[in-house]
Amino acid sequence: MQKLKYESPAIQKMNAGLMNKYGSRTEYEPVKQIDGVAVKDLIAQYGSPLFVISERTIRRTYQNAVRAFKTRYPKVQFAWSYKTNYINAVCKVFHQEGSWAEVVSGFEYRKALGNGVPGNKIIFNGPEKTNEELKLAINNDSLIHIDHFEELYQLIDLSDELGKKPRVAIRVNMDTGIYPMWDRFGFNYENGQAWSAIQKIVASGKLQLTGLHCHIGTFMLSTDAYAIAVKKLGDLAMNAKTQLNTQIQYLDLGGGLPSANTLRGAYLPGSDTIPSVDEFAEAITNALLQLGFSSNELPLLILESGRALIDDAGYLLGSVLANKRLSDGRRATIMDFGVNILFTSFWYEHKISPAQDFTHHTEDMVLYGPLCMNIDVVRQSVNLPLLNRGDQVVVHKVGAYNMTQWMQFIQMRPNVVMIDEKGNTHLIREAETLEYIEQMEKMPDHLQHFSL
Amino acid sequence: MHLKKNIATSESGFIFNPGTGDSYSANPIAAEIIGMLKEGTPVSSIKVHIMATYEVSASQLEKDWDDFSNQLKYANLLDN
Ligand SMILES: Cc1ncc(COP(=O)(O)O)c(C=O)c1O
Repeated sequence: MQKLKYESPAIQKMNAGLMNKYGSRTEYEPVKQIDGVAVKDLIAQYGSPLFVISERTIRRTYQNAVRAFKTRYPKVQFAWSYKTNYINAVCKVFHQEGSWAEVVSGFEYRKALGNGVPGNKIIFNGPEKTNEELKLAINNDSLIHIDHFEELYQLIDLSDELGKKPRVAIRVNMDTGIYPMWDRFGFNYENGQAWSAIQKIVASGKLQLTGLHCHIGTFMLSTDAYAIAVKKLGDLAMNAKTQLNTQIQYLDLGGGLPSANTLRGAYLPGSDTIPSVDEFAEAITNALLQLGFSSNELPLLILESGRALIDDAGYLLGSVLANKRLSDGRRATIMDFGVNILFTSFWYEHKISPAQDFTHHTEDMVLYGPLCMNIDVVRQSVNLPLLNRGDQVVVHKVGAYNMTQWMQFIQMRPNVVMIDEKGNTHLIREAETLEYIEQMEKMPDHLQHFSL
Repeated sequence: MHLKKNIATSESGFIFNPGTGDSYSANPIAAEIIGMLKEGTPVSSIKVHIMATYEVSASQLEKDWDDFSNQLKYANLLDN
């Protein structure tokens, strides 16, 4: 007689009358493939854990965002925020789609150049730019966004030294009704520092004031905040025109649009609560059109959207190492990936799907990573079917910030593959090895030998 | 291992503990085991039955059995 399929026996408490906070049924759908490629084949070929990037999703998401803005405003340019995901293959998909590069360090700047982005299409942000880095950017005619007065004077000195007139913008911070206010970057609008910086730039005669920039926060849920930001930048631009006879060519609204992830502690899934890219585009472009510029003077709108363009395209595949019961009776499942590679589990309640069939019985559980560290919690509480050792899971929407903020800690960083639009897989970053990690270490002679 | 006398169960896996007012749902195999416990079947015979009926190794069943009896204990369904 054929034996029946086995499942671990389990009971689950029913909460009569209470709505289940984790009741979104989508978590219970097995996800067996990504863009037509089987999860189990991906893991068999490239190991577990494994980051997977869907090229098709990147392009679709990008094209949708471009459409939302370009159908509402005539001059729009996106610049790919390198720190969000600077694996070169990912950057190049964005560049092929027409995106410039937005970088916040000399390292990222050189990465963008190496990817073939023309210097005059690189936006150089951030509080730290060395003389060498700025000279490179000036010689390449890049757009340099000034963060503080020291940098402003540094640039004036360098323009003398090089006999060039660099193209610059200032980063402006402001009150848009969002708390906390990101006032540590750039010049404040309300206290007059931003206007003072603009006057100094124009008065110096050494720099071309080309644009105004702000980045008001990240994972913004308010479209109004962007409208306020446009008004304030527009006000500065209008004053520069009327009082200083300086035409501002672009307003760079930064990034900050949310992805459809669920923030930790949020009651409803992100996909139910975040405004769409069209709603953001509507708010931003409406405000721009009301600034009072004539149609041939309308500034170029630059966007540096990061997470909203890449989160959806990234998946993390992993496997179950073990199950156990905690002292309070809760089930704990230990995965082979942790916060070392899934940094965003500090922010998000990531959606996690089993990659194989399962029965309908589910249980609330804690998901731990493999690190021997108490902080290594992937989900504090998630309702999932019972998973056995070796079962595979798919973590969704992990494309932003993980493949840059991951750390080599206890474990090494895994392979990253991209699935192209034809369904072919490409290894785009190899898993680290012991040799790679130790390559930078040096051993003093007197520590070469020991006996135990 | 004995279930408390007053525990109500159904074949579909519904369990009610009138002592605490809590109810539970059991997956099919758990419901089957609970049914046998309720009839007073000894643990060893239940294990033999499960092994004969389902695709499971002895070591896996042993591990799961420990976990399952803990679940019953936490849920206050067992006689001490
Ligand atoms: C200057 C700047 N631009 C763009 C971004 C991308 O932000 P997001 O991923 O929120 O769109 C950031 C992120 O912090 C930033 O600092």
